[in-house]
Amino acid sequence: MTISRRTFLIVGAVTAASVALPPFISAQASAANAARPNKATVKIWINGEQRDLDLDTRTTLLDALRESLQLTGTKKGCDHGQCGACTVIANGRRINSCLTLAVMHEGSKITTIEGLGTPQKLHPMQAAFIKHDGYQCGYCTPGQICSAVAVLGEIRDGIPSHASPSLTEPPKLIASEIQERMSGNICRCGAYSNIIEAISEVAEASA
Amino acid sequence: MKFDTPATTNPIDQMKVVGKATTRIEGPLKTTGQAPYAYEHHTAVPNQAYGVVVGSAIAKGRIASMDLEVAQAAPGVLAIVTAANAGKLGKGKYNTARLLGGPEIQHYHQAVALVVAETFEQARAAAELVNVNYVRAEGVFDLAATRDSGKEAKDQMPDTVHGDFDAAFAAAPVQLDATYTTPDQAHAMMEPFASMAAWDGDKLTLWTSNQMIDWSVTDLATTLGVPKQNVRLISPYIGGGFGGKLFIRTDAVLAALGARLAGRPVKVALARPLIFNNSTHRPATIQRIRIGTTADGKITAMAHEGWSGNLPGGKVELAAQPSQLLYAGENRRVTMRLSTLDLPEGNAMRAPGEAPGMMALEIAMDEMADKLKLDPVEFRILNDTQVDPVNPRRPFSQRRLIECLRTGAERFGWSKRQAQPGTQREGRWLIGQGMAVAFRNNLLVKSGARVRLNDQGIVTVETDMTDIGTGSYTIIAQTAAEMMGVNLDKVVVRLGDSSFPVSAGSGGQFGGNCSTAGVYAACAKLRESVAQRLGMNGDDVTFVDGEVRSGNKNVPLREAAQAGELVAEDSIEFAELSKKFQQSTFGAHFVEVAVDSATGETRVRRMLAVCAAGRILNPTSARSQVIGAMTMGVGAALMEELAVDKRVGFFVNHDFAGYEVPVHADIPHQEVIFLDETDPVSSPMKAKGVGELGICGVSAAIANAVYNATGIRVRDYPITLDKMLDKLPQMI
Amino acid sequence: MRPFTYLRAKSPAEAAALAAQVSDSRFIAGGTNLLDLMKLEIETPTHLIDVNGVGLDRIEATPEGGLRIGALVRNTDLAADPRVRKDYGLLARALLAGASGQLRNVATTAGNLLQRTRCPYFYDTHQACNKRQPGSGCAAIDGFSRPLGIIGVSKACIATHPSDMAVAMRALDAQVETVKPDGSTRVIPLADLHRLPGTTPNLETTLSAHELITAVTLPAPIGGVHIYQKVRDRASYAFALVSVGAIIQQDGSGRVALGGVAHKPWRVESAESAMAQGAKALTEQLLAGATPTHENAFKLTLVERTLASVMAQARDHA
Repeated sequence: MTISRRTFLIVGAVTAASVALPPFISAQASAANAARPNKATVKIWINGEQRDLDLDTRTTLLDALRESLQLTGTKKGCDHGQCGACTVIANGRRINSCLTLAVMHEGSKITTIEGLGTPQKLHPMQAAFIKHDGYQCGYCTPGQICSAVAVLGEIRDGIPSHASPSLTEPPKLIASEIQERMSGNICRCGAYSNIIEAISEVAEASA
Repeated sequence: MKFDTPATTNPIDQMKVVGKATTRIEGPLKTTGQAPYAYEHHTAVPNQAYGVVVGSAIAKGRIASMDLEVAQAAPGVLAIVTAANAGKLGKGKYNTARLLGGPEIQHYHQAVALVVAETFEQARAAAELVNVNYVRAEGVFDLAATRDSGKEAKDQMPDTVHGDFDAAFAAAPVQLDATYTTPDQAHAMMEPFASMAAWDGDKLTLWTSNQMIDWSVTDLATTLGVPKQNVRLISPYIGGGFGGKLFIRTDAVLAALGARLAGRPVKVALARPLIFNNSTHRPATIQRIRIGTTADGKITAMAHEGWSGNLPGGKVELAAQPSQLLYAGENRRVTMRLSTLDLPEGNAMRAPGEAPGMMALEIAMDEMADKLKLDPVEFRILNDTQVDPVNPRRPFSQRRLIECLRTGAERFGWSKRQAQPGTQREGRWLIGQGMAVAFRNNLLVKSGARVRLNDQGIVTVETDMTDIGTGSYTIIAQTAAEMMGVNLDKVVVRLGDSSFPVSAGSGGQFGGNCSTAGVYAACAKLRESVAQRLGMNGDDVTFVDGEVRSGNKNVPLREAAQAGELVAEDSIEFAELSKKFQQSTFGAHFVEVAVDSATGETRVRRMLAVCAAGRILNPTSARSQVIGAMTMGVGAALMEELAVDKRVGFFVNHDFAGYEVPVHADIPHQEVIFLDETDPVSSPMKAKGVGELGICGVSAAIANAVYNATGIRVRDYPITLDKMLDKLPQMI
Repeated sequence: MRPFTYLRAKSPAEAAALAAQVSDSRFIAGGTNLLDLMKLEIETPTHLIDVNGVGLDRIEATPEGGLRIGALVRNTDLAADPRVRKDYGLLARALLAGASGQLRNVATTAGNLLQRTRCPYFYDTHQACNKRQPGSGCAAIDGFSRPLGIIGVSKACIATHPSDMAVAMRALDAQVETVKPDGSTRVIPLADLHRLPGTTPNLETTLSAHELITAVTLPAPIGGVHIYQKVRDRASYAFALVSVGAIIQQDGSGRVALGGVAHKPWRVESAESAMAQGAKALTEQLLAGATPTHENAFKLTLVERTLASVMAQARDHA
C-alpha cells in the first residue's frame, strides 16, 4: 500500500515494536477529527490491468469499481451481503464486493463481469445465459455469472457444499449442487430454473 | 389506429419473426455488464454529486425540529434538502403519501432529508448526522382490528351483488365458510430505486428506473411545480419493478431537488434497508370466502368478501375481484372494504388484486372439492363459465381454461396423485400434489410508437415503453421486423425515454400486447409511406425478405429512404371491444411438494403451468415471465411476509436478510406449456398479457399440495413451519 | 460509515498492541459482519487494524491428536479441509449450512465466532436495543420476536447468536486461543467465550479489550455419527430458526448443541445423559427454564422434533 500523508504515519509506525500512534486518532478523537475523511492509495489488478486508486478508506471494493473506475457491470443490490449482485472473483474466489474495503485489496487480482467477456467476445457462461434466458431485468445477472464461473471451479476443486451427500467423496456436477452453491445470488425476476440450465450446459461442455 | 373490430388477417399472422423463440436482443449488453441502469450514467453529465436519503424514525406524527448544523459542516457536504427548504411541492396523481415528509410524517422511513455531498461515503456519513426531533402521534397499524371500520371503495370496486346469496348459501347442501389472510409483501426488486437529476436552466433531465414514463413525467412535474414539457425522463434499463416502480418515488423527487439546491447533477439510490418502509408494498388482506354447491358440486352461491388497509387516500387491494368472473354460479356477493392504516403506502405489486385473491380463492376451491369428494380439477371444470356470470350476454373473448386443466393434469401425471392427504411418504418427507387455476384479466391501454426507416434499410423503433425484464426490447423488434419484412438484425429499438411517443408502459401485464400493437400501428403507417414513396399503390403490397413487392415489382426496402429518412408515428387506441367481451388470461398450476415430517419445512419439487394467453409473441421471454411469476408465488406461499410491529407501526424485517425471497435452492426445474391460441379481440397482435398470469393461483397450488402431503390446511400465508408443527405426525 | 484510519498489522501481538492504543479501534479480517454494521453506524470504529496479513491461516495437527485452526482460516477452507471432513463432519456440515459461498470464502473462523446478532431491532438504529445502546430498552421482546431467543434470555435482551459454526464447535469442546495487547496468551473454552445477555447484552464475550483470537483448537476426534440439522424458512442462505448439532455414538449416547435459541451456542452437558430417554426428555432438560415469547414458543416444539429427527437419522446411519 502506498499511502497519503496521514495514513503513512500510522503504517510507518507499525514496524516499530512498540507503537506510538499520532494524536489525531487518539482515544478521544474529537467529532471534527472523526468526520475527517482518511485517504489511502491502493494498487489492485482489475481484469488483468493494474489500477492505482486514491480512495477514502471507507470505500468498498464495490464502490471503487462502480464509482471510481466506472466499471458498473458489478451491481449494488443491497450493499449488505444479502443478495449477491456485487459478486466478483478475487484471487480466484468469488466474494461479495460490497462487504470488503478496497484498501484491503492491495495486490489482489479482481475479475469482474467486464473481465469475463464483452458483447463481441462473450465468455461461454455469458453466452449460455443468453441462450437459456437465464435473466430478465439483468440486474443480478453479472453477479450470477461471476458466481457461476466460480462455482464450477469450486466443484472441480472438490470443495463440498450443503447439498453434497457425502463429505468425503468429491462433489458432483449436478443440479442440486449448483442450486445450493448459487443460492447466494438472488434473482427476484425468478430466472433460477433457466440459470441452472445455463450453468449445467457450460459444466457439461467443460467436463 | 383505432382498434374497434376484431382483428382479421394481418402481417403479424405470417409469424416469421413474431412467435419464434428469440433470445433477448439486449442480452449481450446485460450479460457483460454493459447495459446502463439508473445510477450508472457516469458520462451523461459531468460533475455528479451523491445524495443519501434520511428516513423518518417514526410512523406518524411530526417533526418538531431539525438540526442540520453538524451535517452541513461535515466534509464534502454540498446541500441538505428538507421540506423546509424544498419550496412548495405538489403531489403526484399516483402517489398516496408525499415523497418528502415534514413537518407532518405519514409513515416510517418516509424521507425527511437528502444530504448531498461530493462522494457517496461523505453523503452517507453526513446523513447520519442529521438530527431530527419528532413528536410521535398515535397511529393505526393492525388490519384485523380495523376490519369493521372498512368502507366500500366505490370508485375502484363497487360491490357485486347478484341474485340472493344468503338464501342460496343457506339452501346449499354443501357449504364452505373459511377465512384466509395474506400478509404485506415487498416487491424486493434487485435494483434499488435510483435516479440522477440534472438541471439545465429550468429544464430537468432525470435518469431513473421507472416502469411508466409518461405517468411519471406528469407526476414529477406536478410534484416539483414545473411544466411537464420541462421534464425529461430516461429509463432504458430497469432492474426489476413488479409494480414498485410504476410511480415516481423518493429518489426521483429528491434527486431533482438536491440537484437544484446543489447546482450540480445529483444521483440518489435508496439504501436497501430503507426501501421496504419508504416505498410501496402489496397490502395485506383478510378474505372470507363462502361457497355453496349442489350435492353434485355445481356452485349455486359464492361470496368473496375482503378487507385491506391503506394510508388515507390510498387504494383498496382488489383481492375479491377474481370471484366476479372465474366460476359459474347464480348468486354472488363480491366485496372489498378499505380501512385506514398508518403503515407505509400500499400499492400495486405483480397482479394486484388477483395474486392475493387467487391465493385465497383457490384454497377455498380445493377445500370445497375435498368436501364434495370431487377431484379438484374436475370440480373446477364442472363450474367453468364461458360468459361473465353476472352478465351472461358478455362472453369471454377466449376461455380455454378447461384445456389448460386437462393438458396440465395429463402432463403432470395428476391421476397418480393420492386424493387422501398424508398418505405419500419418502423417508422423512411427506409428499403431496396440488393444483390451482391461474386467472388474470387482460387490460388494454393506448400505446404509441415512432418508426424510422433509413437508407441502410435499418428500422428504428422509438417508444417510451420500458423493459423491466419483461422482454419488451425483443418483442418490439420482432413486431417491427415482421411488419417491415426484415430480419431482426435490421431493427433497432430505443425505449424508456419521454422524448419518444407515449406507450402503455409496463404494468398490469398490458405492456407486451399493447406496446407491440402500438408498434404495429406505427409500422402500418410506415408501410403506407414506403409504398407511396415507391409508387406502389395496389392492395397487393407486401414486405418480405427486405423487399417491398407489388405486382411484378420487387424493390429493396432501403430504396424507399434514399430520398431521406422515412418517419411514421401512430398509436393503438382500444374502443368498445373490451366492453362487449370479457378479456382474460387463464392457466393451470400443478405443484409437488415435500414437507419434512419432523420440522414442517416445505420444499417444492415440481412445478408446471399451462397458460392460455393469446398469441405468444416470444415463447422464450414469455416462458421466463411465467417461471419468474411462479417463483414469486413460491415466495408468497412459503416465506414472504413483511412483519408488522403494531406498536411502532413499521415493517421490521426491512432488508434482504429479514425479508426472505426464494433462492436458487428453493426452486426446482419449472415447466411451462402455452396453448396455441390467438385472440383477435385483444389487439392486432392477437396477444394478451402473460407476465402476471403465472403468479395468480400458484401459491394456492402449493398450499393445496401441502394439504395433500400433510392433511394440514393452512389458511394464513405464508405457510411457515410454525403453523404446522403441532399437527404434524407424532415423532417416534 | 464514519471515517476511520486504517493500517495492516504484521503479527498477532502487534495487532493487539496497536489496538490497545485506540480505544475505539477494531480488528478487521473478513469484514463481512463488521462492514455491514459500520454502514449502519451500529459499529463506529475510528480505526481499523487489518489482521489479514498476520498469518494464522493454517490448520495444523496438535500433539494431542486434534486440530489447531488459525483464526484467519476462511470458512470455505475449514469446511473443505480433509481432516475436518473426515473427523469433524459436524463442523464441516455446520459451516456449509451457513451464509453463502461468497461469504464463506471471506468469513474467518474468529470472525464467525464474534459475529453479532441478527435481531432486526439491533439492526434498526431508530429502535430501542440494549445491546446497541445500553439502557435504551428492548423493542424485540414485545415486538417481532419470531426469530429470537427462548432460553438464557433476559428482560434486557432476547437476541440469538447467529453462527452455525459455533454450534458445532461447542459440541466438539473447542477452545479458543488468544493474545492480549501485552503479548500474553490464554486459552478459553468455547463454552466460556460467549456470555448470556443478563443486564449487559452489549457485552457479548469474555474477551478483554483488544484481545485477539489467534486460533481455535479441537480435541482429538471422538468418532460417532455427526449431524448438523438447520431448520429455516427457505432452503439456503438464511439464518436458522433452530439448529441442532449432534454427535451420536453407537450406544446412543452423545452430545448435542443448539443454535437459534440463545445468546450463545446452547449446550447443557448435564442434559446429554437424557438422550437415551428420547427427544422429549432431552429437550425438557436442554430447555429447562425456557421463557419464549408468544411468537417464538414454537421453537420448543421445533427443537424437540428436530432432535427426534436427528436421533432417528443417527440410528439409520448406525
